[in-house]
Amino acid sequence: MDLAILWFVLIAVLWTGYLVLEGFDFGVGMLLSILPRGDKEHREKERRVLVNTIGPVWDGNEVWLLTAGGATFAAFPEWYATMFSGFYIPLLIILLGLVARGVAFEYRGKIADAVWARRCDWAIQFGSWIPAVMWGVAFGNLVRGLALDDAHQYVGGFWALLNPFALVGGLTTTVLFLLHGSVFVALKTDGDIRERSARLASGLAVVALVVAGGWAIWAQVAYSAAWTWVAVLLAAGCLVGVVVTTRARREGWAFTLSAITLVAAVVLIFGSMYPDVIPGLDGGNSLTVAEASSTDYTLTIMSWVAVVLTPLVLVYQGWTYWVFRRRLSTKDIPAPAGLSWQKIKDAAF
Amino acid sequence: MDALELARWQFAITTVYHFIFVPLTIGLAPIVAGMQTAWFITKKDHWLRLTKFFGKLLLINFALGVVTGIWQEFQFGMAWSEYSRFVGDVFGAPLAMEALAAFFVESVFLGVWIFGWDRVSKKIHLASIWLFALATSLSAFFILAANSWMQHPVGTVYNPETGRAEMESISAVLTNNTLWAAFPHTITAAFLTAGTFVAGIATWWMVRLARSRTPENVEKARTVYRPAVLVGVWVMIVAGIGVGLSGDIQGKLMYEQQPGKMSSAEALCEGTESAEFSILAIGPLQAGCEDVNHVLSVPGLTSYLGTGHFSGEESYLPGVYDVQREYAERYGDVTVDGEPVTYTPPLAITYWSFRLMIGLAAFSVALAVAALWFTRKGRVSDNVWLSRLGLLAIPMPFLACSFGWIFTEVGRQPWVVAPNPTGIDQVRLLTDRGVSTAVPPGVLLASMIILTLVYAVLAVVWYRLMHRYTIEGVPDAVRDESPEAQDPDETDRPLSFAY
Repeated sequence: MDLAILWFVLIAVLWTGYLVLEGFDFGVGMLLSILPRGDKEHREKERRVLVNTIGPVWDGNEVWLLTAGGATFAAFPEWYATMFSGFYIPLLIILLGLVARGVAFEYRGKIADAVWARRCDWAIQFGSWIPAVMWGVAFGNLVRGLALDDAHQYVGGFWALLNPFALVGGLTTTVLFLLHGSVFVALKTDGDIRERSARLASGLAVVALVVAGGWAIWAQVAYSAAWTWVAVLLAAGCLVGVVVTTRARREGWAFTLSAITLVAAVVLIFGSMYPDVIPGLDGGNSLTVAEASSTDYTLTIMSWVAVVLTPLVLVYQGWTYWVFRRRLSTKDIPAPAGLSWQKIKDAAF
Repeated sequence: MDALELARWQFAITTVYHFIFVPLTIGLAPIVAGMQTAWFITKKDHWLRLTKFFGKLLLINFALGVVTGIWQEFQFGMAWSEYSRFVGDVFGAPLAMEALAAFFVESVFLGVWIFGWDRVSKKIHLASIWLFALATSLSAFFILAANSWMQHPVGTVYNPETGRAEMESISAVLTNNTLWAAFPHTITAAFLTAGTFVAGIATWWMVRLARSRTPENVEKARTVYRPAVLVGVWVMIVAGIGVGLSGDIQGKLMYEQQPGKMSSAEALCEGTESAEFSILAIGPLQAGCEDVNHVLSVPGLTSYLGTGHFSGEESYLPGVYDVQREYAERYGDVTVDGEPVTYTPPLAITYWSFRLMIGLAAFSVALAVAALWFTRKGRVSDNVWLSRLGLLAIPMPFLACSFGWIFTEVGRQPWVVAPNPTGIDQVRLLTDRGVSTAVPPGVLLASMIILTLVYAVLAVVWYRLMHRYTIEGVPDAVRDESPEAQDPDETDRPLSFAY
C-alpha cells in the first residue's frame, strides 16, 4: 500500500479520535449554562457535576489534536504549512479558546468564590463553543477547496473562509458536539440531571438530523465522491438510533451511536478531500496527497511508531474511562476545596 | 516592524513564556513522586502531607505549561510555514513522537493521579505519578531532538528537486551529539530549578515556624519542613554538578558546531590562543566587538571551556571576524535580495544571556550550602537571613533557564537551521527564509498583542495561586484515601478530589 495514502487515513483516524473524544467535552462545556436547574446553590453543584464528568479525561482527549497536528507536520509538511498559515486567524481563535478552557478547568476549583467560578464558566463556555464552531468552518473549507496559488500558498484571505458552505459546516459540528455532549452527560450522571440531558439529547438528535443531514447532502452533491453516500446514510441511521436509544434510557448505546456519527462525518470530510489534502477552489492548484507528503523513509519510521504506540495509547486511555466509570450526581460533589478569594487577595505581592 | 520581525518577537515571547513552566514541571514531578514513594514505603504522615502540598503547586504550574504548549506546536505552521515546508520531513517526526509517546502518557496518567486517590490502588496511584514524571522528561527529549537538529542538522540530505531537507536516518537524528549534550543539561537545569523551589519554600517555612517558638510549630518545622529542605538541597547538589558537567560538554561542542555563537558570547573579535573569560565587559556591544573593554577577566578560561586547554596552540579559538570571513566564503556574503549577510548573532544578547545563565545559578549554590550548614545534625534553623536567601533563590534558576534558551536560540542567528560544518552543506536555512509568506504583518501584530495580553493575565493568576498556596503550607490533616483504607460498604461517599 502507498504509505502516503496510509498516512492520509491515519491522519483521518487521529482527527476521528479528537472529534469523538473532545467532541463530547466541548459539548459538556457548551451545556454548562444550559443544563443546570434549580436555585443558585443547586445550579452551581450541577455545573460542578458537569465539569467533573470530563475532569479526569479532557486533557488526554486534547492530546489527539496535538498528535494530529504533529503527525500532519511529520507526514505532510506541505499540508501542515499551507493549512496552518492559511487558517491563521481561525486557528488563533481556536487556540485562545483552548487556552481559556484548559486554564479554567484547572483553576476553577482553586479559588472558592462564586464570581471566580462564574468567570471560569464563561472561559469554559467560550473555549467550548468557539472551537466547536471553528473546526466545522475549517473542515467545511477543506471540503469546498481553498484559493491556492501555484506554490500552494493560500491566497484567499480571511473573509473568504466565511462562505455559506463552511458556515453551515460550523453549525453542523456545533450541533453534533452539543448532541454528543448531552448524550455523554446522560451516560455519566445520575438523577435529575441525567433525565434532563437525555431529553435534550433526543431533541438535539432531531435537530442534528436536519442540520448535519442538510450539510452532508450539500457536500455530497457539490464536492464529494459517490461512495461517501455510505457515510451520510450511516450517520443518518445513527442519529435516528440516538433518538430511540435516549428515549429508552440506553445511554451506552446512544453514546456509541453519536460517536459513530462523528466517525462518519470524518469519513465524509476526508473522503471528499481525497485525492487532495487541500482541494483547490474550483479545482485549481489542488495540493494532492502525493505532493504534500514526506519521503517514504520518514513515513516508514512514522508508521512503525504509530503501529506500536497507537494501540498502547488506546488501551491505557480506554482504561482510564473504565477507572472513572462511576456515574456522578450532586451527592458526589464535596464542598469546594479551594482557598477563599479573600485569602488570595490578602497575599501581598 | 515587518512580518519577519513580528514573527520572531512572537516566537520569542511565547517560547520564553512557555519555558517558565516547563523546567519546574520536569523537576518537580519526580520530586513529588519521590515524596509519595517515601510515604508508600515508610507510611510516615509527613511525606503524604508534603506530596499533597507540592503536588498542588505542581498542578497549578502544569496547567499553564500545557495550554501554552499547544500554541508552540501550532505556530511552526502558522507563522513559520516556509520553515515547516523546508524541515517538515525531519523536524516533524520528533514532534509527532513526543505527542504519541510522551504527551498522551502525561495527560492520561496525571488525570489518574489527580482524580484517582480513592479510585485506584495505592500502587497504581503511585505508578501514575511516576509515569507522569518520566513522560515529562521523555517529552523534553523529543523536543530537544527537534531543536538540536536545528542547531546541528544530522542524518539528513538536501533534495534539490523538492528544495527541502529530507531525513536519511532517524537513528542519527536521535543520537545527535548536540541532543545528548543538550538533554542532560536541560534536565539537570530543570531539577536545579525544582530543587531550589522546594528547598526555598521549605526553608522559608522552617524558619518561619521555628521563629514562632511554640513547641508544636518547632516540631512541625522539624518533622515536616526540614525533610523537605533536605530533599530540595540534595536535588540541587546533584543537579548542580550535572548542570556544570553537561554545560562544559555543550560549550566544547558548540565551538565545533557553531563557533559564531561561542565567540560572540565572549565578544571575541579575532581568533586567539588562551582566550580569557570576561566576567564584565563595558562598551557598545551592539556596534561590534572592537569597542568592548573587558574589565574583569579570567585568563585562559574561555579557551578551556571551548577546547579543554588553557593555553598553547590547541587552545586557539576563532573570533567573530574569523567566523564571518569563513561563512561568507562558504555560504555567500549577499542574500538572494542582494543584502549583505551578517553571520554574527546580536552580540549584546549573546554576551549577557550567557553570563546571566551562569551567574544566576549561583544563588542555588548559596542556598544549598547555607541550608546544609543550618540544618546540620538534625537542627532546625530560625535564622531570618536563611529564609530570605530561600525566597531570593527561588526565581533565579527560572531566569537562568530563560537566559540559557535566549542564548541558545539568539546565538544561532542568522540561521534558523544552522549549517553543520562537517555535514551536508545545503541543509541550512536563514531565519528570514522561514517565515510564513501567506500571513500579513497586521495579522501577526494583532496575534502577538493578543497572546502577550492573554499570557500576561495568566501570569498574574498563576503567580497569585502559586504564592497563596505556598503561604497556606502543608495541610495539617491528611488521611489515607486509597480504596484499601476505606470501608468497602461505603459506596456513597463523595469524590475525594473534584474540580
